[in-house]
Amino acid sequence: MRAFRSVTAATAVLDRADVDTDQIVPKQFLKRVERSGFGEFLFFDWAKDPDFELNRPEAQDAKILLAGRNFGCGSSREHAPWALQDYGFEVVVAPSFADIFISNCVKIGLVPVALPPDRVKALMSSVAGGGELTVDLETKTISAPGNLVVPFEFDDFQRHCLLHGLDDIARALTHEAEIIAYEQNHPAPFETTALP
Amino acid sequence: MPKTLFDRVWESRLVAEPPGEPALLWVDLHLVHEVTSPQAFEGLRLAGRRVRRQDLTLATMDHNVATGAGPADPLSQAQLEALERNCAEFGVPLYATGSGREGIVHVIGPELGLTQPGLTIVCGDSHTSTHGAFGALAFGIGTSEVEHVLATQCLPQVKPRAMRVLFQGELPPGLTAKDVILGAIGRLGVSGGAGHVLEYAGDVIRGFSMESRMTICNMSIEAGARAGMVAPDDTTFAYLEGRPAAPQGAEWESALDRWSTLASDSDAVFDTEIEIDVADLAPQVTWGTNPGMVAPIDGVVPDPADYPDAEERETVERALVYMNLEPGTPIQDIAIDRVFIGSCTNARIEDLRIAARVVAGKRVRNGVRAMVVPGSAGVKRQAEDEGLDRIFEAAGFEWRRAGCSMCLGMNPDILAPGERCASTSNRNFEGRQGRGGRTHLVSPALAAAAALEGRFVDIRDLAAAR
Repeated sequence: MRAFRSVTAATAVLDRADVDTDQIVPKQFLKRVERSGFGEFLFFDWAKDPDFELNRPEAQDAKILLAGRNFGCGSSREHAPWALQDYGFEVVVAPSFADIFISNCVKIGLVPVALPPDRVKALMSSVAGGGELTVDLETKTISAPGNLVVPFEFDDFQRHCLLHGLDDIARALTHEAEIIAYEQNHPAPFETTALP
Repeated sequence: MPKTLFDRVWESRLVAEPPGEPALLWVDLHLVHEVTSPQAFEGLRLAGRRVRRQDLTLATMDHNVATGAGPADPLSQAQLEALERNCAEFGVPLYATGSGREGIVHVIGPELGLTQPGLTIVCGDSHTSTHGAFGALAFGIGTSEVEHVLATQCLPQVKPRAMRVLFQGELPPGLTAKDVILGAIGRLGVSGGAGHVLEYAGDVIRGFSMESRMTICNMSIEAGARAGMVAPDDTTFAYLEGRPAAPQGAEWESALDRWSTLASDSDAVFDTEIEIDVADLAPQVTWGTNPGMVAPIDGVVPDPADYPDAEERETVERALVYMNLEPGTPIQDIAIDRVFIGSCTNARIEDLRIAARVVAGKRVRNGVRAMVVPGSAGVKRQAEDEGLDRIFEAAGFEWRRAGCSMCLGMNPDILAPGERCASTSNRNFEGRQGRGGRTHLVSPALAAAAALEGRFVDIRDLAAAR
């Protein structure tokens, strides 16, 4: 996973609630066996509309996405954060996120920032018609045009992992002794390899 | 200190609790399918890692498979073949299409007796919550987490909060688990359960079969909860006894002793508690583009003007445009083109029996295309042994092979743009069943009745649905 410290970039605004992962990347694109290349399928059906939020001039080259509440609900497909990241987004800011989506983002280094709804609205206003935001994970702040600085909360451990691009599996394997001890004390309830 | 059922399972599966980090949680059963696993196996390959516990892992083919006569499309076929290669390379047992053991992962786990009380179960699919019906802690994970579990049999997890959903009152005749859970999601909203593990309780749940409990737990994720649980009881034990992976002999007896302790203490404290009275519940039909947009069968399509919150009003307006529905339209006036009876929510034998009772001796209305897709090869065999396939086919339904089918349209079973479908599945998102398709989520009884009438009908009026 690549490390993330801060980004200053154009910002896209998608002010819709309950955007589900079926919209972020529709099912017909889940048949690929690769991890890359999903960006071109991002919001595939919505993007056909020339007026769609991400087609606006001010959203071009955006690396920050401002979104509505409960972003990323529905399916567990990691293809959704893959598509957002492959498209160019490094940060998604919303009033709330779906549980599995947030965990999928953190695993791949896409930074999900939750803020109170009025703060998200304020950021949306600050970049209406274009403008850059700076999202800084080290200082846990978002800086917007007009000297607006919005602090945000972030889980300490997840922040540590993102700042250093840490590999989850390697970290878990540092607990190999505990895993072996657990296995020895807990006989398997069945063997899937030995079913009739 | 009093504990919840969730506390008990969670605490028994802790491998390590490193300070300042998420706990490392043991995984007892990892179910794998073709869509969310190829990149995980590739990750193992690149890192030179192996599958740590092949004996706790099981793969099947479900999302992509063609359930009709033809083969899967070439891209799907490539993904199915990738799963076959990966399972062979990494020693993971695979229940492939045509083996007679395949099916939707959330149907075959319980069917095989792998889904047991007190276990932790994960799968790269959000409807893994289904398995919580047995008192297991079961939740969906992303592909990075699939790779993590393959490599370590553990997952780093921050403990979610606990919510009890207590159903009060007696369920009226003709209503099913699907109506109960759709009604609950309508109440909770699609993010009301976020950050929580739900425990479903109350006499209604106790009276439900395992199939019905699975329908309830399956849709926990539609309320935003990663997992839903039901404390195991005699119904659970009777379902499991004698299944291939269930304990036998002396082990069965000791398992029963262990499982019987899996309940929340009467004085256990939940972070959130809600009560839902089901005594006045009517059959439920969704009208919008998420499962919380739901109305009773005797209700009407809502008016966006009645929503005081601007964001919600906008969401409803957008949904009605997509669904091509006018505010105030009676639900029973909505005409449908297609009927889909299937999915991990409602494709078990009980669901098919209920639907068959409604359609027996009748005909699907002209112009309506209706299909039944059993949840597994096992369910299909059992239904055929009971003659249900003949009832459905005589009524004009298509009788398909097992798979996820039109629940998510990753296979040839899709809606055409503009088509309207009564579906027993779990998601009515835009384009879910095919681009431009319009999905109304309902129970199997209501879907069956809609096939006969070409519109939604109040199944409480039908003796056969009772």
